[in-house]
Amino acid sequence: MRIGRAKLLGLQALVAVAFFAIWHVGSSVPIGGVYFLPKFFFSTPIDVITRVWSMFAGGKIWGHLAITLWETILAFVIGSAGGVLVGFWFARKPLMALVFDPYVKMINALPRVVLAPIFMLWLGLGIWSKVALGVTLVFFIVFFNVYEGVKEVSPTVLANARMLGMNERQLFRHVYWPSALSWMFSSLHTSVGFALVGAVVGEYLGSAAGLGYLIHQAEGVFDVTGVFAGMVILSAFVLLIDWLVTLVEDRLLVWRPQSAAGQN
Amino acid sequence: MAAGAINAAAGVNAGPPQDAVVALADVDIAYRLADGGTYVAVEAASLSLRAHEFVAIVGPTGCGKSTLLNAAAGLLKPAAGTVRIFGAPLNGLNAQAGYLFQQDALMPWKTARDNVAIALEVAGTPRAQALEAAQAWLARVGLGTFGDRYPHQLSGGQKKRVGLAQVLIRDPKILLMDEPFGPLDAQTRQIMGNLLLDLWSRDRKAVMFVTHDLEEAIALADRVIIMSAGPRARNIGDHPIGIDRPRDASDVRLDPQFHEIHRAIWNQLKAEVVKAYAEIPA
Repeated sequence: MRIGRAKLLGLQALVAVAFFAIWHVGSSVPIGGVYFLPKFFFSTPIDVITRVWSMFAGGKIWGHLAITLWETILAFVIGSAGGVLVGFWFARKPLMALVFDPYVKMINALPRVVLAPIFMLWLGLGIWSKVALGVTLVFFIVFFNVYEGVKEVSPTVLANARMLGMNERQLFRHVYWPSALSWMFSSLHTSVGFALVGAVVGEYLGSAAGLGYLIHQAEGVFDVTGVFAGMVILSAFVLLIDWLVTLVEDRLLVWRPQSAAGQN
Repeated sequence: MAAGAINAAAGVNAGPPQDAVVALADVDIAYRLADGGTYVAVEAASLSLRAHEFVAIVGPTGCGKSTLLNAAAGLLKPAAGTVRIFGAPLNGLNAQAGYLFQQDALMPWKTARDNVAIALEVAGTPRAQALEAAQAWLARVGLGTFGDRYPHQLSGGQKKRVGLAQVLIRDPKILLMDEPFGPLDAQTRQIMGNLLLDLWSRDRKAVMFVTHDLEEAIALADRVIIMSAGPRARNIGDHPIGIDRPRDASDVRLDPQFHEIHRAIWNQLKAEVVKAYAEIPA
């Protein structure tokens, strides 16, 4: 379906306007003497926006954002590096893959939140327990994609590369590696998202800084406005990171017929 | 057989000539099936390819022509029989051969120029020099201005041209081609046939060209080998094509000599095609 860019943006804005209008009316206009969305539970859009503004104006938010961003980056980099290494290793050594298969499935099936207390015990309340949680999420996404990427190299491309005289090292560099990378980058949005989830959930469960910590603090004193303000900032943060990932993806996957970014 | 000029089925089981570039003798090729049994694709096939000779292998679908080509390339190890390249038994991949595949074989993450240049780079040619040579080869196959395109930005025929440049830039002594123009439309096939003949005529490499298209085989080759229907396929006919060179891959089809040869070979091939279809449930 073809739709103009302006029209699409207009419709998207309309959804936001409708959402805020319902929220505003429900929380500030009594209908038959009753508020549909009581302030205590739902706050009001104006309060939330004012709070977001004061958080940025007061400057205290920047430190928390930096902490969360730093945790996300570390979790993504460490998790990806581990996933690439193990993915390659398993794909090239099928015996390893078979031996470890049930364990990989087992750990992947485990809800990662239950690991958070253990990481906190091991690594303390600082950033590393959050990074560790993010790593366990990112690692498996990258691992599965790299593993598939190496195994799914077109047999014709591989046979052709061999007939052109490539040795194992050259096959790795010119065939396996680019193929695995393309699979990894196709999951970039997901893995960056999970790195952030790991960081925020970790902060929420126990920390002294970060967006998750701010939300948890507000919740502890029934400050619903604070919780919503934290959520708004988190959402904007996610949009920004996603946009940056799209930029990176467009640069790295130029050879692809239709990169995932092109469809957004 | 009516045509006296064509010695059908001659030389099938004769020993390979002394100057054979590729010699397959009594080759069996078998695959293990999922249910534990084995499928014998090719049985007791013997054929040879002399220097500067363009040989086309034609047969019905599923007759194992590509299998035979893979044995000559060293991509498949025959269950029995010998494969000799320049008189020496083939061990591992055939380093003397260039192989043009039927399916897309270009690396999708490399531009056309890089795809061609890599064929030299893997052998140790410095990158700058390899890129220069690749550009010259792209120009030779008519893609001089397409060097920066990625494979997905090229048409099927253009991809085949890049593939041809990629194979020929290494200057292999033997050229193995597995239905290379199979996926292309009829007009593009004839244009590609002429390009191939033009490039081939410069140094006349030994060519083994697999196709299911008898007309294409006669138009291009010095000799057409007919395979029987599979399983247990083998070569059953060997027809020299006496049409003068240089040829034009499309004009040659109007030549009366072409029709005479075509009729004689088709009589033999038709029986095998019918057999092949009888075994495939529709």
